[in-house]
Amino acid sequence: MTGTGIGASLKRVEDHRFLTGNGHYTDDINRPGQSHAWILRSPHAHARIKGIDTSKAAAADGVIAILTGADMAADGVGGLPCGWQIHNKDGSPMAEPAHPPLAVEKVRHVGDQVAIVIAETRDAARDASELIAVDYEVLDAAVDMDTALSGKTLVHDDVPNNRCFDWEIGDKAAVDDAFAKADRVVSIDLSNNRLIPNAMEPRAAVSEYDRTTGQYTLYTTTQNPHVIRLLMGAFVLQIPEHKLRIVAQDVGGGFGSKIFHYAEEAILTWAAAKVNRPIKWTAERTESFMTDAHGRDHVTHADLALDADGKFLGLRVSTKANLGAYLSTFGSSVPTYLYATLLAGVYTTPAIYAEVQTVFTNTVPVDAYRGAGRPECTYLLERLVTKAAREMGIDPVELRQKNMIQPDMYPYQTPVALQYDCGNPPATFESALKASDYAGFEARRAAAEKNGKLRGIGISTYVEACGIAPSAVAGALGARAGLYESAQVRVHPTGSVTVYTGTHSHGQGHETTFAQLVSESFGIPAENVEISHGDTDQVQFGMGTYGSRSLAVGGPAILKACNKIIDKAKKIAAHIMEADVADIEFKDGKFTVAGTDKEMAFGEISLAAYVPHNYPIEEIEPGLDENAFYDPLNFSFPGGAHICEVEVDPETGDIEVVNFTAVDDVGRVVNPMIVEGQVHGGLAQGVGQAILEGCVYDGDGQLLTGSYMDYTMPRADDLPSFSVATQGVMGASNPLEVKGVGEVGAIGSPPAVINAILDALAPLGVEDISMPATPNRVWQAIQASSVRQAAE
Amino acid sequence: MPTVSMTVNGKSVSADVEPRTLLVQYLREHLGLTGTHVGCDTSQCGACVVHMNGESLKSCTILAAQAEGADVTTIEGLADGDTLHPMQEAFRENHGLQCGFCTPGMVMSALDLVQKNPNPTEKDVREWLEGNLCRCTGYHNIVKSILAGAEALRG
Repeated sequence: MTGTGIGASLKRVEDHRFLTGNGHYTDDINRPGQSHAWILRSPHAHARIKGIDTSKAAAADGVIAILTGADMAADGVGGLPCGWQIHNKDGSPMAEPAHPPLAVEKVRHVGDQVAIVIAETRDAARDASELIAVDYEVLDAAVDMDTALSGKTLVHDDVPNNRCFDWEIGDKAAVDDAFAKADRVVSIDLSNNRLIPNAMEPRAAVSEYDRTTGQYTLYTTTQNPHVIRLLMGAFVLQIPEHKLRIVAQDVGGGFGSKIFHYAEEAILTWAAAKVNRPIKWTAERTESFMTDAHGRDHVTHADLALDADGKFLGLRVSTKANLGAYLSTFGSSVPTYLYATLLAGVYTTPAIYAEVQTVFTNTVPVDAYRGAGRPECTYLLERLVTKAAREMGIDPVELRQKNMIQPDMYPYQTPVALQYDCGNPPATFESALKASDYAGFEARRAAAEKNGKLRGIGISTYVEACGIAPSAVAGALGARAGLYESAQVRVHPTGSVTVYTGTHSHGQGHETTFAQLVSESFGIPAENVEISHGDTDQVQFGMGTYGSRSLAVGGPAILKACNKIIDKAKKIAAHIMEADVADIEFKDGKFTVAGTDKEMAFGEISLAAYVPHNYPIEEIEPGLDENAFYDPLNFSFPGGAHICEVEVDPETGDIEVVNFTAVDDVGRVVNPMIVEGQVHGGLAQGVGQAILEGCVYDGDGQLLTGSYMDYTMPRADDLPSFSVATQGVMGASNPLEVKGVGEVGAIGSPPAVINAILDALAPLGVEDISMPATPNRVWQAIQASSVRQAAE
Repeated sequence: MPTVSMTVNGKSVSADVEPRTLLVQYLREHLGLTGTHVGCDTSQCGACVVHMNGESLKSCTILAAQAEGADVTTIEGLADGDTLHPMQEAFRENHGLQCGFCTPGMVMSALDLVQKNPNPTEKDVREWLEGNLCRCTGYHNIVKSILAGAEALRG
């Protein structure tokens, strides 16, 4: 036994370089002869470009070139594509307005790209950009969704009412029947606040062109280098794959925001050939706020039909989702197939219908951010269920238990397309109740009251669908890409291993976790395994990392390639040990012949494969190097329960999250230390959404929360230490029996926090609070509450 | 362009820089010490924390010229060959980092805390980190790492 296989809390391989300042992030890369770029951006939310005068800027010191949308159009550069096509209720396809990398004719949000200035230094480029005179005709901006839907001002002249699509899912007639029979209907109106992802590393890119070979290279901060190569090469710049290399070495966090193909990537790659110099661009944080795709931003009305005992009969949901100014790469899939397909949650609601309208506005594009659709869904459900419990006078624990999918009901077919493969919601719920000492809460509430604090407890349960698959189903739903993953396992002559994976690590620790998979499979120490990712010239192909897919989809691809290696190695072992291949056993890194004491180590077989002197050469080729592509049978379905306790100061509205308990079913755990870390990070983003973070635009479309001075990032003293546990139900539809873990924290936590705040404020008669529940909002709610007003 | 000289990680260094050059730019662009990171433009995130004359400092908040003659330590100056500094080791041992981008600033900041308060409580650590943002860890394991690092340094 190596002690470095599945289940070991192995310390991370990647940490040494990060802890000593030796990471290779994109901004750390410098190429010989490099020039620097500054992107001139729109100061207006919506304006017509009547002219751009670059003459003064072009004459400034150090300026190499200034290029605009007109130059791109003249070169036949295409628009940025959307990777998922949604259809309207009537079957017609969604509106897909043009998305030029550099603005042509109009700018559509503050921060939209207008020109690139390339100069000898970044300061020279920036100084020159201030000399560019853009003649803007400022137009009215459609900032909020209702204004946009009125159609008074059009973000895209060819999209009436700014509606991208009007989509539905579920059986409307069945839901109408359920409501007709209901004893009780509980309704809710809520919004899911717009968030700005804020990976700590700002986006950056370095582009390079080799005129002698026609080869382009782009170093970029992406979560999926091959997807960028495919989208940018095939749709935007028409560069074939063999002439385009994308490299993403160390990437400093993504959370979804680095999935998408961004304009700057195409602009820099194209411009490198124009100026025949490498070009570097790094976003300032202000640019990250103005141009990284934002997340969430839904407004929803929902009705839940119940019988007199509190059994859910039907759910009806109507959502408006903001897409921002352009369709981002996966913007259309988030409020549809990643949202409404989860509306059953962990409950047996027999009839569900949802309709979703998506809207273009003069704001930054909105796309996937940690959880992507599933937090929006969970927040809606768990607020609604809690409200139903309160209105019907049923304990919120009991109401949930009464409606939960029981373990013997799996596989469970929901009324909104998904079939959950395995799970046990009552068990994780019970564990969370115990771990949080739910039963002892009233004593803690009473103790807090003595200190002048209002204490509340909030529950949330959730199920998540991640590792989107299989490709054929995703394709039928509108995905314009496959959703498999690939791996190459290369065993070297002396038995060490390099794995090339198409997933990408930007904090998740794949170099450690994936090495553990190989250690387990080959019975060799994890330190003998190197994981390579992020370079399209090294890795055969891959779909990258998002939607908690890396271990659930990328892991089985590695396992599959390892199994091919073992099959081949057995043939070599059988030949050398003069046995029948059926008698060769492989365990703990040793090939043995059943019933004999003959054995060969993994390394000996590796050497034999590369020094094939005594070798079954007529049957198999030399070498030990295998490729595999894995297309899953189904999504993976993590789930669990989160319980939050808060204390509210009724005089100031200040909220302290005092306890947070999470029990998550993420299937088999490969590295418990890393899994817990993933949950912690998700919880912080979820708590951040609930009480701290919110993107604010003014009526003209100016971004008011455009820096860390204005946008409240969670800080260490905003958060408690978390109580985190996993309770895996095996049986997930992949050979490793793993489920995703990256997003669970951000999915389950926001409603737990808000339900806790509402529980704390219930004695004052406060029934609703919006995220982020800032002290100001809480204080206002207390002032406006019915109980307080009656007392006065 | 003025010449700016200082001691960085024990070595005397000198470079001609534009007057507006920040200390963090001097370290990254002129000395190639890319372990010190830039995560924002408002001196909020703390990814650029270094030590100057023994105290932690956000290296984006001063000009390189203001550090003339100073003794600067960056994340690259902590480990002894391949042996990590006890605070670095505590971060490794306690999974106090994920993407690694905020990590240099966190470690440098933590060291200043521990030199001022060798036996901090969890609350002390959380309050001290007010000027360091992390988006990956939820701070849980960073706090744990710093408490463990402080203990290791107390011996």
